[in-house]
Amino acid sequence: MSHSGLLKKLLLIVVGMFAFAFALVPLYDVFCDVTGLNGKPSLDVAAKSEKVEASRTVDVSFTTHSQRNAPFEVKSRQYSVNVQPGEMAEVKFSAKNLSAQSRVMQAVPSVSPGKAAKYLHKMACFCFDQQSFSANQEVEFTLVFYVDTELPEEIKELTLSYTVFDISEATANNTVLAKQKAG
Amino acid sequence: MSTVAQTEQNHHEHHAAKGFKRWLYTTNHKDIGSLYLIFSLTMFLIGGAMAMVIRAELFQPGLQLVDPHFFNQMTTVHGLIMVFGAVMPAFTGLANWMVPMMIGAPDMALPRMNNWSFWILPFAFAILLLSLFMEGGGPAFGWTFYAPLSTTYSNDNTALFVFAVHIMGISSIMGAINVIVTIVNLRAPGMTWMKLPLFVWTWLITAFLLIAVMPVLAGAVTMVLTDKYFGTSFFDAAGGGDPVMFQHIFWFFGHPEVYIMILPAFGIISTIIPTFSRKKLFGYASMVYATSSIALLSFIVWAHHMFTTGMPLAGELFFMYATMLISVPTGVKVFNWVATMWRGSISFEVPMLFAIAFIVLFTLGGFSGLMLAITPADFQYHDTYFVVAHFHYVLVTGAIFSIMAAAYYWLPKWTGHMYNEALAKWHFWLSLISVNVLFFPMHFVGLAGMPRRIPDYALQFADFNALISIGGFAFGLSQLLFVAVVYKCIKGGEQAPSKVWDGAEGLEWDIPSPAPYHTFSTPPEVK
Amino acid sequence: MNKYLSMVSVFLLTTPLVTYGNSAFNMREGVTDISQNVYQLHMTIFLICCAIGVVVFAVMFWAMIHHRKSKGVKPAQFHESTKVEILWTAIPFLILVAMAVPATKTLIAMEDVSKADLTIKITGSQWKWHYEYMGHDVDFYSVLSTPKSQIDDLEEKSENYLLEVDKPLVIPTDRKVRFLMTSDDVIHSWWVPDFAVKKDANPGFINEAWTRVNEEGVYRGQCAELCGKDHGFMPVVVEARSPEAFEQWLSAAKQDKLDAAAASAALLDQTLSKDELMKTGEKVYMAYCAACHQPTGMGLPGVFPALKGSPIVLGDVKDHIDIILHGKPGTAMQAFAKQLSIKEIAGVVTFKRNSWGNDLDQIVQPSEVQARIDANKEAGK
Repeated sequence: MSHSGLLKKLLLIVVGMFAFAFALVPLYDVFCDVTGLNGKPSLDVAAKSEKVEASRTVDVSFTTHSQRNAPFEVKSRQYSVNVQPGEMAEVKFSAKNLSAQSRVMQAVPSVSPGKAAKYLHKMACFCFDQQSFSANQEVEFTLVFYVDTELPEEIKELTLSYTVFDISEATANNTVLAKQKAG
Repeated sequence: MSTVAQTEQNHHEHHAAKGFKRWLYTTNHKDIGSLYLIFSLTMFLIGGAMAMVIRAELFQPGLQLVDPHFFNQMTTVHGLIMVFGAVMPAFTGLANWMVPMMIGAPDMALPRMNNWSFWILPFAFAILLLSLFMEGGGPAFGWTFYAPLSTTYSNDNTALFVFAVHIMGISSIMGAINVIVTIVNLRAPGMTWMKLPLFVWTWLITAFLLIAVMPVLAGAVTMVLTDKYFGTSFFDAAGGGDPVMFQHIFWFFGHPEVYIMILPAFGIISTIIPTFSRKKLFGYASMVYATSSIALLSFIVWAHHMFTTGMPLAGELFFMYATMLISVPTGVKVFNWVATMWRGSISFEVPMLFAIAFIVLFTLGGFSGLMLAITPADFQYHDTYFVVAHFHYVLVTGAIFSIMAAAYYWLPKWTGHMYNEALAKWHFWLSLISVNVLFFPMHFVGLAGMPRRIPDYALQFADFNALISIGGFAFGLSQLLFVAVVYKCIKGGEQAPSKVWDGAEGLEWDIPSPAPYHTFSTPPEVK
Repeated sequence: MNKYLSMVSVFLLTTPLVTYGNSAFNMREGVTDISQNVYQLHMTIFLICCAIGVVVFAVMFWAMIHHRKSKGVKPAQFHESTKVEILWTAIPFLILVAMAVPATKTLIAMEDVSKADLTIKITGSQWKWHYEYMGHDVDFYSVLSTPKSQIDDLEEKSENYLLEVDKPLVIPTDRKVRFLMTSDDVIHSWWVPDFAVKKDANPGFINEAWTRVNEEGVYRGQCAELCGKDHGFMPVVVEARSPEAFEQWLSAAKQDKLDAAAASAALLDQTLSKDELMKTGEKVYMAYCAACHQPTGMGLPGVFPALKGSPIVLGDVKDHIDIILHGKPGTAMQAFAKQLSIKEIAGVVTFKRNSWGNDLDQIVQPSEVQARIDANKEAGK
């Protein structure tokens, strides 16, 4: 093979592997969905539960964490609920903007144990969208969810954790960008 | 044969520029090989000086010399320099010098790219080193630069780190492409694949690893750059990313990288052991297959660096089993070297001493590697000095010792002079003793619970740390002997014959010593 | 003969280590079934490695001694043997299988997800741990308590130097305690060697681990993942008490929380002396602020700003209190509203305004801090 022919092929591998590094990003998400690697539950609205499995129950507990300096206080009204797989459950969360400015919040859900993540279906969640708060506004959110009947038998309790981020600046920048693009 | 080469040399030599320009413009594989080797030695000393700072601070509990922020910069830059500045360029330098001579090629296939791939390196390391003197200091997030410590929580000099790593990556990729094209296209007639010297084989496989994973590293640093400066959120949960994904991408590069730093060492040892055992290498074919299978396996074991990040049981089991499997081909190599020595006619010249030390100490590092693969035990070993001990055994007494062995083995060929045997033996024995005083007790402090990358530690670790530091200073000072040996050998010494070692085999020993500027302009016939 | 020799040497080499289960040489056996399993696994694999090492190196050194050129040995000509090569591929493989069996068993036991008796949420932040007893309304920060003077060699180091905290995590023995890990900023790793628990705390995600401690006692560990400047200074201390003693402690902790709230309320009507505020302030500063801003108030140029001559410290006291309450987004400056009491904040503000050449001669009372908290809540309404 000529030098340049081989060189071209090798460069193709290099470019391909650089692209592969970026392809790892979506691949990682798919991989996580399948294996529950990072305990990230789906952010899509789930379909209604079809059947209820009355023979066992699961404890689902809730916890929230306001990430460093995010001026929000989000709390579930109950620490935990005991549900049958397939049974619909509703949990209320109170959320408060502690700052004197309007702020945008993004809640990121995470489930432990990680392999339970794909069995937790949310039909209504404040984590689906960014939530805008006016100064010191207090809001009540309702989480509607059920645990899949396919949940492995050995899992008796699972925890749904929300990490709450202040994304006001990121969204502000995006709006500016969007305006610049439009302009 | 050699007379042909010499007339060629005289014919060409007066075209070569003199002084600094000769080195700046050179496209000659021997010049570039020397540049790489000298650069690598310089970086080894700079990175070593940083290790001395680290060991001085850790000599006793309490903070005496540096503040923790500077300490973190030292551990980070020490790691980056040793990996990308010392070990990798040393192997590239050896490949530049030896691959064409071993396969009977006149030069590397792409000589101008060769020049370029060397000359961007000093700039990369200048950027990295100078960032230490900027306000806020250089990178302080460990050589593994885990996000978000390297993104949201790092200072603005991170851009310099990213830029430096990009340049190092481009340099390695160009070097690797050159090696592949040279080996594939420029083998002398009759030099079939299964006749290739093992050093060439291992380098060929290493080069493929390099072009496969250096772009992934480039991708990872690019993502760090855009996350930090351009508002993307690859590794930021707030924007839908995941910091653990950084570790997956990094170690997808990082684990093959480990083998990039050890496969050429296997090649060197497989060259030196037969020479001084005066017996053919045992199991040549199985060596080639073992090297290839190690390279392939290296792509599916990356997550064993991440057992504590939280992984499903199935993942933990898979990565544990795959990692354990690597010890099979690695074991085969060790057994083959021992079998080569068995019933040989062994003599103990300095390259052989380093090679034997390599076999014993690298195997020790391999054992601790196997222990680290066992997931439940890894929860206790992970991020402790046990890991530090493990990778210094495979990289210092593994990779670096093999490079020392190679240097002593081929120095007479490069310079035309024998090195000072007494001084070299001093270098070996002092290094051997001090390196074990330095790294062996690290196993103990690690098992007893000392985390890595800490500038200060609890009192129960004090005695061992003092001992480790003494070993460290001794090892550091011993390397100055190596500099002296190399300097003296370049300046003069006993005239070396063309076949320096009586048991050596290979085309490079048909060439006079020192190897003329141009060799194999007419390809040799390999039977 | 050779075989017996190697067996003897395995024995000699390893016996001292086996008997030092909790020494400064070896992994700790720990106080849970899991940690003891892990210890056994570690020793088994270690011994197997030693045995292999002894055999291989015995052969090699035999060759080095007996097959030397100086002895006039003529080299043999063999250089391959398919039979031998297959053998030494297969035997290590079988040894690995033997290792994998106990390892897999222990791993499965570790990943048990059955129901726990108590769940504790552990949040790492630069550079302290926060513990929350879920469902019990008890939570607190746990900060290194070794004084800076010991770290700087100005004072003799105490027994638990760098492995001591102001408030240890208290857990019951003989109960399954589940830990949920997360982080407030960078990745940390919570590690207690005696439990064989080491798990990363990842920002935005939760991880879990569990333990069941067999013996009462105080167990010490450290953050194991590089988390920035003071990574070496965020120890973990866990006190395991009997279930009864734990219950008592838990109710006392709940009461303490109520008492602290009452004490805070009482402070609103008091005027504290400058001396008292400065004293409180210095203590708080050294524990919470000095890591970044340095004991000298000079900060680290380019990394952490200096407080000496700082426009915020010398400027409007309201802004000064606010930045301590709420932190500064996008920087390492944390919100301390939940970490410090109003007295502590008043103290530290007073301290900063009257130290290192900052001489405003101004004191700030707890009531002023409370006023800011209220004002921030009211503002905008």
